[in-house]
Formats: sequence, C-alpha cells, structure tokens
Amino acid sequence: MVKRRVGMGPSPYKDDDVTYAYNGKKVIAVDGDELWRKIKENFGDEVEGEVKTFTAGVKRKKEYKEIWLKISRERFHDLVKWMNEIQPPHLAVASGRDAGEEIELIYHFSLFYGIRGREISVNVKVSLPKNDPVIDTITDVIPGALITEREKQEMLGIKVRNIPDPRRVFTSDELPEGYYPWRNDNDPEVEKEVVRDLSKEGL
Amino acid sequence: MAEKTFTVPIGPIHPALKEIESFILTVDGERVIKVDLDLGYSHRGLEYVVTHRCNPIQAIYIAERICGICSTSHPYAYVQSMEHAADITPPERAEIIRAIIAELERIHSHILWAGVAAHEIGFDTLLHWTWMIRENVLDVLETITGNRVSYAMYTIGGVRRDIDEKGIRQIRASAKYYREVFDKLVEVFVEDTTVKMRTRDIGILTREEAERQVAVGPTARGSGVPKDVRYDKPYSAYADLEIYPILPDEFTHEETKGDVYDRIVVRIFEVLQSVHILEDLCDLLETTPGPITYQQNLVVVLNQLKRAVGEGIGRHEAPRGEVFHYSMLNKREQPVVWKVRAPTYNNYASWIPMMKGAQIADIPIVIASIDPCLSCADRMTVVDERTGESKVMTLQQMREMGWRKTKEIRRRVK
Repeated sequence: MVKRRVGMGPSPYKDDDVTYAYNGKKVIAVDGDELWRKIKENFGDEVEGEVKTFTAGVKRKKEYKEIWLKISRERFHDLVKWMNEIQPPHLAVASGRDAGEEIELIYHFSLFYGIRGREISVNVKVSLPKNDPVIDTITDVIPGALITEREKQEMLGIKVRNIPDPRRVFTSDELPEGYYPWRNDNDPEVEKEVVRDLSKEGL
Repeated sequence: MAEKTFTVPIGPIHPALKEIESFILTVDGERVIKVDLDLGYSHRGLEYVVTHRCNPIQAIYIAERICGICSTSHPYAYVQSMEHAADITPPERAEIIRAIIAELERIHSHILWAGVAAHEIGFDTLLHWTWMIRENVLDVLETITGNRVSYAMYTIGGVRRDIDEKGIRQIRASAKYYREVFDKLVEVFVEDTTVKMRTRDIGILTREEAERQVAVGPTARGSGVPKDVRYDKPYSAYADLEIYPILPDEFTHEETKGDVYDRIVVRIFEVLQSVHILEDLCDLLETTPGPITYQQNLVVVLNQLKRAVGEGIGRHEAPRGEVFHYSMLNKREQPVVWKVRAPTYNNYASWIPMMKGAQIADIPIVIASIDPCLSCADRMTVVDERTGESKVMTLQQMREMGWRKTKEIRRRVK
C-alpha cells in the first residue's frame, strides 16, 4: 500500500523557517543569537545569560543553540507572556535546586517547534529567597505548567501565587509538613524518619 | 445535585496502565462530566537517590530502570545531559549506534501499544498477532545488546557495545520483515471499519488543548501539532537524516480530529518511519568506522565528572514523546541536581479534555491512547452525581462494557 518513504525526506508541512500556531498565527523562526538579542532589547539589564552552541550529526554536522538566562521573579511572568506572543512556548519542565540562601528554579522552555532544526531551548533561571519563596503562576499563559508547579511546591517548598490547584502531586500525604525532599536544610531528625536506605535494612 | 457520592477503586493491575494512578470521574449516567487525577502512587524518589547516593555512571543504570518499555529513552537523555554538563563529545560511531537502539525500541514499543489498544476494544486475536510480530525486533535487540529490555548500551561519552557485520545484517533483515507485515498492520488497524467506528470521535484532544497543555509525542502529533525532537532539534545521528513528524491527515486524508483513531494512525505509521530510519542508519554505520567511546577507562571518566562544573539538558524523542533530563555537576561525587521528565508527565493533563463527555465504556481506550507510562497499575474512582445508589465497578466490568460496545458496532457493520 505505502510505497514511498513515510516520515522521511522533505516535509509535506511548512518547512522554510515558518510554522503556524493553533490559532493560525504565523511563527517565523529566528537564530538563537537573534532571539537572545531580542530578549535583551525587551528586558535590558534585567536579564543576564548566554547562548550556548552545540553540534550534532555524523557526516552532516548541524549546529543548534540553547539560551540560558537569569531573570528576576518580578519580570519572569512578563518574559513568559512575551514568548507566548511569538509562539505558545513548549514547557518541558521546571527543575530546581537548593542554592544555600536561595532556591533556584529553572524553567525549560522551547520556541519554534514545528520547524525543521530551528527549535531553541530557552532555559530561564529564577532565584527566590528562602525566607520568601514566592513566584507567580504561569498557568494563565501555559495551562500545562500546573503539574510542574505543583511538584515544585511539594519538593522545594516554594509558594506559587494564584496556582489553581495547590495539592500535592507525587509525594504521599504522610510526608510531614515542612519537609521538602530537594532541600538541603531539612531537620535531620525528620530526614531520618522519612528517608530509609532499604538495601542497608536488608530489604 | 448529588444525594450521595461513591468512590470505586478499579484495577490495580492492567496491561494498558503500566503504572498506578487514580482518576476521579464525575459521571452523569454514562457521560463523564468532570475528571480529576491523583498521581504519585509509584513515586520512588529516584532523583533523591541519585543526588545522594550514586555517582554519574551508576545513575545511568538507575535511569534505565525508570521505565521497562522505553528503557533506552531515559539513559539516552541522561547521557546527553551529562555530556553537556561535563563537556564531553561522544565519537561518531557511538551516535549512530545510540540512534539505532532507540529506533529498534520505538518499533517494539509502538507494536506493544497497538496490541494493548486492540485488547482494550476487545480484539484479542489482534493483541496476540501484534505481540507475535513484536518478537522479531526483540530478538534483534537481544542479539545486539544481550537483553530483550534494559539494554545497558549507553554510557557517558559513548556506547558500551559495538554492532558488528552480523548485527547490521540482522537489523536489515528485521527491517525487511516489518516492511512485509506493515501492510497487514495498516489493514487491521487503520483500514478496518470496526476499529475506525469504535475509535473515531472518541477522546478528542483539540490542537489548541494539545499546544496549551504542552502535550508531547504521538499524543500531540495525533492532534496535528508538528512536534518531534528528532525534527525540531536534531541530535546525535538524527541530524544526518531528513525526518519529518508523522501527522494523521497525511494518511487519513481527512481533517485531523485529535481523537483515538488519529493517535492510532500516527503510531502505526511511525513504525514504518522507524524502519526507514533504521535502514539509513545501517548505511551510515557501515561507512563510519571508529571507536565507540571517547574513553574506555571508566575511572578516568568518573574522575573527570567528579571535577566537572556545569549543567546540561538532554532531550530525546521516546516512543511516547519527549524525554527531558537536566543534570548539574559541581565538584562532587554525585550529581548536584538531576531532574527527570518522562513524556507522560506532560501528557497527564491531556486526559482531562479527552475524557470529558466520553462514555465510561470508552475510558479504557482513552486512557490507553496516550500510551501512559507512569510506573505499574491503576485505580479509577467514579463519582455518580445523579443516583443515590451505590455500586462497585471493577476495571474488568468497565472493559467488558467497552467490548460490548465494539460488538454492537460490529453487528451494525455486518
């Protein structure tokens, strides 16, 4: 039935640096450096970061770029809205870590999916002070961010302002309040209760 | 309003629901009007284990055991993230072998899913037939890697085993076999009237919902979103190939609806796409000699990783969609941060619009249609808003309702 090489060759969809979002909006891909310049233009000194270049491929090498940037939590929501104007951004996940006095969140977005080889990862870091770890929700722009925001609340003990559903996702209800698995400053007594090394217990 | 609500546990072990999660459905008679999810029944804190107890090499094997079906996807993304963090470049031959294993895995995963989907709608002969043809690719994987699942092929900076002449011959023979059976696969899944009637207009995920809920993989492509990491941001040997994402309208010649049928079409034709990719990768492998790791001595690799400072992301298009790993190294025995994002994590939210308005008889196939990969079984909670009567419904009963519906459609077709 199917004789041609399905899924291989020139794309039957829009290919030349252009794609369309669900609402019919035209999306024109730009280079990583150009996107970074645009972010700088709009957010000025409030963002700092860099563009990293990587190479893929064996016989036909291709370069791709990633943007890594840091922004204040006050401007973070504006940045997401700004990206949403270009194309509804793909949010892979938000990761995070305990960085001593602060909690650092990293939102891994990408733009220009749907265009061959032009997708750019935009990794956005936001630092929250431990005594006031509050950040605005982005579920109003990206509804799919809900689960990752809920996960950051239970794992890192941050507060997401205006989150539509603040319940826990992955941790059990038995986990004591105030214990956050990804933090380094947990009460050692509670940690001893919660964390068990089953291999050492002979299980 | 409800006079009485009741909760019913359904499951817990079921082949379509490889892991444990809970659905709370509010139903009005047969129709689902509200859906809530309760997740995390199998959360084992692997990220905690790795960042507290494992060195980066040991973590590969933890990553491999996150999922039994897509057991190369997590190591693939993980080693990429580590290589970016520590600035390591794997040799070219390793990049090709990595892609070959990933494509072999996609074939077996999609065919496995097709069998599960057939079972959910009551075609058990089809289930056994699809799982029979799946054996071929598992044999190839066993010859090349030594295992049917959990291949342990990937390592930081390369792969652990080479593919020799015999292996390439076997991959080519397998590709030929899948070309031959592919017409039959299309006939029974895509062209069959009963399957089409049973799955058309069920579990609809519109393109808007798919993009806003950041769905990935065949779930997104079934709704017409051209999203595929191998196409959007080619990595490894995929950059040498011209791949484009499979969207359903190319084959159905109908408007994309984003229903279960569209997702079946996407997965079935991705099997053929993987066959083409494998043939191209075999050509590439034959003309690319060289080492398979950048450093054979693991002690040297570990020492380098222990001294490294950096962070990196790894992305791979697994059978179920994009797998995403983030790793951070900071002069420590263990990685400082390791974040794992499996495709189903992003596809959870898609269930809610899919199930709204569906009949209870359709729920098993709707759940199965995103090919969930959470970790081993399931529960479903049904809350009836109208009746005050309480009844317990098991998943078996629900599945039987699904089978009855298929039989009725079949009668109508005949």
